[in-house]
Amino acid sequence: MKFVSEYRDPKAAEQLAAAIRKKVTRPWTIMEICGGQTHTIVKSGLEDLLPKEITLVHGPGCPVCVTPIELIDKAVAIAKRPDAIFCSFGDMLRVPGSSKSLFDAKAEGADVRIVYSPLDALKLAKQNPEKQVVFFAVGFETTAPANAMAAWQADHDGINNFSLLVSHVLVPPAMEALLSSQNCVVQGFLAAGHVCTIMGFEEYFPIAEKYKVPIVVTGFEPLDLLEGIYMVVSQLEDGRHQVENQYVRAVKREGNRPAQQTIAEVFEISPRQWRGLGEIPASGFQLKGRFQKYDANRRFPFDGVPAQESPDCISGLILQGLKKPHECAAFGVKCTPENPLGAPMVSSEGACAAYYHYGRRQNVQPELSGPASR
Amino acid sequence: MADAKTFNLSCPVPRVADDRIVLAHGGGGRLTHQLIEKIFIPAFGNPMLEQRHDGAVVTVNGSRLAFTTDSFVVRPLIFPGGNIGDLAINGTVNDLAMCGARPLYLSAGFILEEGLEMETLRTVVNSMQQAAANASVKLVTGDTKVVDKGKGDGIFINTSGIGVIEEFPCLAKSARHGASPVGEATENGMPHVSPGLRDVGTTAACIGPASVQPGDAVFVSGDLGRHGIAILSVREGLEFESPILSDCANVWPSVEALLKAGIEIHCLRDLTRGGLATTLNEIANDRNVCIKLEESLIPVNETVQGACEILGLDPLYVANEGRFAVFVPAAQSDAALEVMKKVEVSEAAVRVGKVEESPARTVVLQSRIGGNRVVDMLSGEQLPRIC
Repeated sequence: MKFVSEYRDPKAAEQLAAAIRKKVTRPWTIMEICGGQTHTIVKSGLEDLLPKEITLVHGPGCPVCVTPIELIDKAVAIAKRPDAIFCSFGDMLRVPGSSKSLFDAKAEGADVRIVYSPLDALKLAKQNPEKQVVFFAVGFETTAPANAMAAWQADHDGINNFSLLVSHVLVPPAMEALLSSQNCVVQGFLAAGHVCTIMGFEEYFPIAEKYKVPIVVTGFEPLDLLEGIYMVVSQLEDGRHQVENQYVRAVKREGNRPAQQTIAEVFEISPRQWRGLGEIPASGFQLKGRFQKYDANRRFPFDGVPAQESPDCISGLILQGLKKPHECAAFGVKCTPENPLGAPMVSSEGACAAYYHYGRRQNVQPELSGPASR
Repeated sequence: MADAKTFNLSCPVPRVADDRIVLAHGGGGRLTHQLIEKIFIPAFGNPMLEQRHDGAVVTVNGSRLAFTTDSFVVRPLIFPGGNIGDLAINGTVNDLAMCGARPLYLSAGFILEEGLEMETLRTVVNSMQQAAANASVKLVTGDTKVVDKGKGDGIFINTSGIGVIEEFPCLAKSARHGASPVGEATENGMPHVSPGLRDVGTTAACIGPASVQPGDAVFVSGDLGRHGIAILSVREGLEFESPILSDCANVWPSVEALLKAGIEIHCLRDLTRGGLATTLNEIANDRNVCIKLEESLIPVNETVQGACEILGLDPLYVANEGRFAVFVPAAQSDAALEVMKKVEVSEAAVRVGKVEESPARTVVLQSRIGGNRVVDMLSGEQLPRIC
């Protein structure tokens, strides 16, 4: 199959793995930023091919994982309004808020719908003029252009029963936050290829320079990741700290300018709460100017009590790469995909869910249901 | 920010235990199993039910019969490659086939929604008639209920079926072979159902997880994921260069050919809800074995694979309606493949893996690039309400 099977070729994978083994002389810790990359690494068993000197840690690049619990509560509250149709990408539905998830709200009668594009939500708004249609606009820079376009289109068409519950986050500020932490263990980054498809990679040059850290823009297929790892390891072994682009088939240095212009027209940069990481300045988008009328936060005031938090979940440490999922005492025992304590156990891009599903369980045996438990 | 001490290392309190049915309870994955284990088995538990097979096998006056039931709530009612009518016949016929039984008689219960177009019902019934004729089964009893508009989804159908397990030499052989501790335990706990009606458990039925042995070869009868993706393409308005048709089909001809050829079938399962991954996990759990798969051997149509890539789905978990997995002794592996390839419904059969002793209760997949991973049971919903 074009553009899939050629990036999963076993011979090429072994050649790249051999090149990495040949290059590496000492231990290195590399973080892949994006949850999609984590998913591929675990799903393809890629770590089996790497020398023991290489440690991969899994970054905060899972939008489901870093969306604050307060916002989930707000989403549930909006969804439960009798006049609302609440639309979301599928993954957000299972994320637990402080008392329930959107799936729970759906089971209790709320009109919650999975859509594949914010423009589908806009279409629903046109078809249901008596309803308030709200789209949960989560994600990194990758999903921002489509969400911006939905707001722009609503404005253009004069649709007023549509709004966005925005929780957009940006990658570079999160990388800086991680790097400036005194606990930082990361020595090199695989930057998120899809984010760079939109934004390009010029904004990484100052980060690589300031923190003396190699950053390689990397794709999502097994061979992309192996090549990205090889490029980071080469830089580390050579004592270089540059920004390089492995994902040349999709990413240009300047990114996608029209998409960036659409974002800039609709959104402005704002501080943003990250679940597990806290508030990071200038790390998100919010609607600006005439598009603020589509802000669900403004349209539906919400007086939720501050969210209750549990000490059992260590997702903050996991999102910073300080711990691996199976090092959490709750992993697979109190925390499973059916009953997640934290968001990384929910999304298929979440590190904990990836470890759970694909067997990176180490000594932890999850509670099995069904015949196995007899 | 940046100082780790200021990080808010937090997560929500645990979600309370599910107090309502969610869609995933019907998804065939872990939540479905929890429902069965926590609600249905405690209420109805008996040795036949506890086989957890696609159908129950009972003996009536010396005849071994398979009995099964299935409900169909698919949306849309008519999809590329079939409709709810084909599905309702073939689904139950296949459940009987998975017991090694020749399908004979079916019942059909219709729950119709007020306002349903008569033409739609005619189309569905027509398909049922054709599917039943193709499978040589007779629909011998039925029931109809109509519910208020908005209380149904056009048509819901339940079918139950009875089939007969015929005497093939290989079945007797695998009966001896399958006299495992699991089978004996079931036999000992057998209740007396009624005069002349007796549960015979795995020692007679034999085709089931209890007969699976380390060393067995594992086959799938064709490429995976067509039904689920065909349904999804209609629901989501996706268009492909070559349209994907549901694989909905009667698989008994393939099972019959295997039995007639003297293949010692250890286990059969159709790959419906939850797909291959869920099915193999059930068997690995039931039999306390490891099932090893090779990703590069698992057949997936290119368009289906493309759709899965776009939608972020794993074809291992996508539903099929005309595919099954079969476990046979390694020594009969080549013969079984040859037989299956001669039957249209399984002409693209492939050996995808084998059974090993450890790690027990695990399905392991060797990826294309040579790494290993566990293939877990489906958690929650991948595609809502497919069959």
